[in-house]
Amino acid sequence: MEPFKQVEGRAYPFGRKNVDTDVIIPAEFLKTISREGLGEGAFKVVRAEEGNVFDDPEYTGAPILIAGDNFGCGSSREHAAWALDDMGVRVVIAPSFSDIFSSNAFKNGILTVELPQEAIDRLMEVAATDPITVDLDNQVVTTPFQDRLEFPIDPFRKSCLLAGLDEIGLTLESSDAISAYEQKITADKPWLKPEISA
Amino acid sequence: MTRPRTLYEKIWDAHVVERRDDGTCIVFIDRHLVHEVTSPQAFEGLRAAGRTVRRPDLTLAVPDHNLPTTPRRDASGNRIPIADPMSAKQLEALEANAPAFGIRYIDDAAPEQGIVHVVGPEQGYTLPGCTLVCGDSHTAAHGALGALAFGIGTSEVEHVLATQTLLLKQSKRMEIRVEGDLGFGVSPKDVVLAIIGKIGAAGGTGHVIEYTGSTIRDMSIEGRLTVSNMSIEAGARAGLIAPDEKTFDYLKGRPMAPSGADWDAAMDWWRSLPTDDGAHYDTRVALDAADIAPNVTWGTSPEDVVPITGSVPDPESFAEESKRAAAAKSLDYMGLTPGQRMEDVAVDNIFIGSCTNSRIEDLRAAAEVAKGRRIADGIKQALVVPGSGLVKAQAEAEGLDRIFVEAGFEWREPGCSMCLGMNPDKVPSGQRCASTSNRNFVGRQGPGARTHLVSPAMAAAAAVTGKLTDIREMMG
Repeated sequence: MEPFKQVEGRAYPFGRKNVDTDVIIPAEFLKTISREGLGEGAFKVVRAEEGNVFDDPEYTGAPILIAGDNFGCGSSREHAAWALDDMGVRVVIAPSFSDIFSSNAFKNGILTVELPQEAIDRLMEVAATDPITVDLDNQVVTTPFQDRLEFPIDPFRKSCLLAGLDEIGLTLESSDAISAYEQKITADKPWLKPEISA
Repeated sequence: MTRPRTLYEKIWDAHVVERRDDGTCIVFIDRHLVHEVTSPQAFEGLRAAGRTVRRPDLTLAVPDHNLPTTPRRDASGNRIPIADPMSAKQLEALEANAPAFGIRYIDDAAPEQGIVHVVGPEQGYTLPGCTLVCGDSHTAAHGALGALAFGIGTSEVEHVLATQTLLLKQSKRMEIRVEGDLGFGVSPKDVVLAIIGKIGAAGGTGHVIEYTGSTIRDMSIEGRLTVSNMSIEAGARAGLIAPDEKTFDYLKGRPMAPSGADWDAAMDWWRSLPTDDGAHYDTRVALDAADIAPNVTWGTSPEDVVPITGSVPDPESFAEESKRAAAAKSLDYMGLTPGQRMEDVAVDNIFIGSCTNSRIEDLRAAAEVAKGRRIADGIKQALVVPGSGLVKAQAEAEGLDRIFVEAGFEWREPGCSMCLGMNPDKVPSGQRCASTSNRNFVGRQGPGARTHLVSPAMAAAAAVTGKLTDIREMMG
């Protein structure tokens, strides 16, 4: 995974609340066995609307997306994160995110920034005309108009993003602890193994 | 004396492999269900990194999303080719990946095949106190048996395959207590819609919900599965219901559940799981069962709930500006006008199925309404899709299939079907569907499809009258 440091650029002033992952990427695009090329289907339903932000040349290639409450709710499909990544989106800013989406985004090097609704309203205003900057190291969103909006982030996620760490590799460093747990469970709860065989 | 703990904390504590200073834990996963849509990239990732599946013996693969619900084998037992090459390729990938990584695979024509969230409980694969994950957000369903079960993304699927663990932080604890007897015609689906309507689509974000109270205790296991299934629609990653005698009766003798001395040992642990008196919840919500009516959704978020006797709300009636804008957009998409009575809304399609409502009790409830009646002339499509091959066989043994077919419904093969239309079962653009599924999102049942979420009995009633209908009027 590419390390994440700072992103500066235009932001799609999308602003809607309860944007579900069916809207981010409809089911018809889930039949792929690859992680690539999903940007093509991203926000298909929104793109059918006249004057939508995603087809506005003003925002072409914007690395930031601003949305309302509960972004990424619904289906667990990681295709939503892959689609955003394929569109070139590196940061989504919203008042809240669904837990699964936020985790999927993080695992693909996409930062989810939670800011209160007033801050979102301000950024929507700025995004209409100017770029904004997201600095992960200092946990702050800034604008050319001296706005400074600090955001919280889980320290573990922050360090993984900054270093571009492979989480599986990280967990496998604890292989011995996992083996020890498995041995203990096999002894204490032998009934836990399901009666299945390949 | 240890601190009183909730059911969630007890399961969590029993599964922590390692705890980091910042509270992130390596959590052991006891059960991993795999389906064809969210797994190919995970298996590909394992291959690219030269990794194997750590515990194939804990993993179970079942195809469900892409399978057509029309017959899958011809008269001589040969597979009927799947028309959509993309669907076929995704199914082939799972069929190849499962044996390549040593994972048990239930094939598309096996009697045990079905929607993963129907198969898990039905096989006794889902157990109280276990951690269970699947690359599907409705994994929350399994919490009905007291399992800590939640949906994960494909990177996490790969993480579980490679390590049999996940890196997690403990969620907040929410108690949703429902007390009292449900009125005539009010089902578990109406209860969970009422809950989502009350707390909102983001109300449970960051929480694991434990459902408590007499209404939940009095529900059958299948009813509890319906409630827990839609926890994700309230934003919660998982739902939980304390295991009790009903849970144990349900599980005993199921093929993958423990037996003999193992069963007794398991029971000892399961009985220790319910939340201790005095345990702390971060958030508490209470509902009175007497206030819950048969519900329907009017918009494009599952929080857009009204009683069937209600009307389409005026977007201007919402306090929040963002909700006003969202409601106006929803009504435009849904083709509804403020003040319109829900009972006057005509429907074109009926879908009885999905991991929310495709079990035998759901089919019985719908059949009771369909029996001796006919679907209305205006209905273009009325599908009944059992949740698994075993549910289908049971329904046929009870003659439910004949009731449905005589009433004009189509009786299909098991799968996810029209809940999300990854297979050929879709609601055509601009048409309206009374659906027992879980999501009324824009385009969910097909591009341009308009979904009203209802219970199985309400879906059958809508089929008979051709419009959204109060089941209490029809059956009372």
